[in-house]
Amino acid sequence: MITNTTQRRAAEGSKPLSLRLNYRAQRYLFIYLMLGIPVLYFLLTRLYPILYSFNISFREWDVLSPEKPYIGWANYTSLLEDEAFRKSLKNTFLYVVVGIPGQLAAGLFVALLLQNVKRLRGFFRTVYFIPYITSIVAVSWIFRWLLMPNGWINGQLLSLGLPAQPFLQSPDQAPYVIALSMIWQSVGFQMLIFLTGLEGIPKMYHEAAHIDGANAWHRFRYITVPLLNPIILFSAVIAGISYLQSFAHIVSMTQDGGPLNSTRTLVYHIYKLAFKSFDMGSASAATVVLFVIILAFTLLQLKILDRKLDY
Amino acid sequence: MNPNTKQVRSPVERQFNRSYANGAWLLLRYLLLFAGVAVTLFPFLWMAASSFKEPKDLFDLSLIPSPATWSNFGDLFVKAPFGLWFANTAGVAVVSTVSVLVFDTMVGYVLAKFVFPGRSVIFVFIISTLMVPTEMLIIPWYLLASKLGLSDTYAGLLLPGLISAFGIFLMRQFMESLPSELLDAARIDGLNEWRVFSSIALPLMKPALATLAILSFISGWNQFIWPFIVLQTENKYTLPVGMVYFSSELKDNSGWILIMTAATVSVLPLITIFLIFQKRIIQGIALSGMK
Repeated sequence: MITNTTQRRAAEGSKPLSLRLNYRAQRYLFIYLMLGIPVLYFLLTRLYPILYSFNISFREWDVLSPEKPYIGWANYTSLLEDEAFRKSLKNTFLYVVVGIPGQLAAGLFVALLLQNVKRLRGFFRTVYFIPYITSIVAVSWIFRWLLMPNGWINGQLLSLGLPAQPFLQSPDQAPYVIALSMIWQSVGFQMLIFLTGLEGIPKMYHEAAHIDGANAWHRFRYITVPLLNPIILFSAVIAGISYLQSFAHIVSMTQDGGPLNSTRTLVYHIYKLAFKSFDMGSASAATVVLFVIILAFTLLQLKILDRKLDY
Repeated sequence: MNPNTKQVRSPVERQFNRSYANGAWLLLRYLLLFAGVAVTLFPFLWMAASSFKEPKDLFDLSLIPSPATWSNFGDLFVKAPFGLWFANTAGVAVVSTVSVLVFDTMVGYVLAKFVFPGRSVIFVFIISTLMVPTEMLIIPWYLLASKLGLSDTYAGLLLPGLISAFGIFLMRQFMESLPSELLDAARIDGLNEWRVFSSIALPLMKPALATLAILSFISGWNQFIWPFIVLQTENKYTLPVGMVYFSSELKDNSGWILIMTAATVSVLPLITIFLIFQKRIIQGIALSGMK
């Protein structure tokens, strides 16, 4: 490597000054040409629209009327008074609160099962991962189909002598059923993250504890969990953000966020406000609320990632 | 180094491994894992089975349709412009993948391999756009698209996904592993910056490019909320949007069969791609934790 640098210095040194400057200019030209279009693209398709939606959220924005008067925080206060919005916020948190622990527990369970398995390991990993790459819409329709009043699952319940369940038809069961389908779809992803994490735990820790007489549960509780902690927190945030954004499930699995708005999420409510009531002002205010919540999650994540892993 | 190091195991480790590999535990593990496989695969099997059933057998709970029929697949194309939906979905996935590959490798390369004023500002700016949920951008995108006459057009559909901040992050990670000495050597040999990028860096990045290509194809194929908002003409729908459209036909049994058939046709290509490229996909996703 030293020879390369020396050669290069020699090469540059032997050139006249103008040529060397030229090389520099060429380098910068290359850098900014490569970056120019993408940076402009992100400014126009990301930054500008965000600022635009903040702007809309402070206006009475009826699509049909040409006037878009500034009305201060009125959209935000009207959201607070909106029963359906509060319900959607509550439901969204329900998905987050049920989804995160469900996904983490299921993912960790599968990863632990798979950890010391040698035969068919690749097969299991592949199969568990399939739901994660399939479209939410397709998966939601399959679940809706399985969960119909006279669908396959109720058919099995009846044949076992159990009562049929309303599932998606019941305001008490529907949100949990939907959360379950979201968890089902992300187990493979979560498993993968935990498998990577488990590989990073030195085996000798477990061996040492084993010699000292620690049983499997103790080793899990006092070695595995503490050492996986950063990954658990990190995954919780990632999962939280994705549950906060649930939308396609609701469109595909429910009738308009029903029954009785029991499954309607924040994003679904935004969609209704913006594209069914054409009240872009309130809808944008609701997106700002979503943005703030997600921002809080992200900052939490950055803080977690900042902490050093301490063995 | 002694090539046999790996085989040499301490008695403690051997005993430890044995206690884990003992029969009953292992059997239980495999039983649970196979139960998980059943839970994971059953919905797909039920979907596929339903797509071969005749409407009158809709509520027959057996997994093997009898009699099996192919006619539902034909119906897809008769009752809806399903061929167009399929082509639109493939088109969107391919075009956005190509565009993402071109731009994301360029930006990832420059951010990883050059030091210049504004580098960290640009990097932080691009990465921070990842924090903004698509759901928040839908409304301004929609209003802007309407203003520019891009609503209900392929251009409007494609525009938000042409460059991916996530992909830039991924490519930058990969590009950092390129040996700078190699690039410098090429420069000394008189290659200009563009040639260094295109004939030295890119060929070495083939595995990374493949990973990014597959990941963006999958997300392009599955994307829902923006197509759902921006497209109004039936003929321009993508598969996920089209499937939601099918729900208006749910009044009778054949509607359900159609939806399951549509789901089968839209899920199969992706599962096939996944099975072929699964190593890369799993690696790429593990590296980035994306969706």
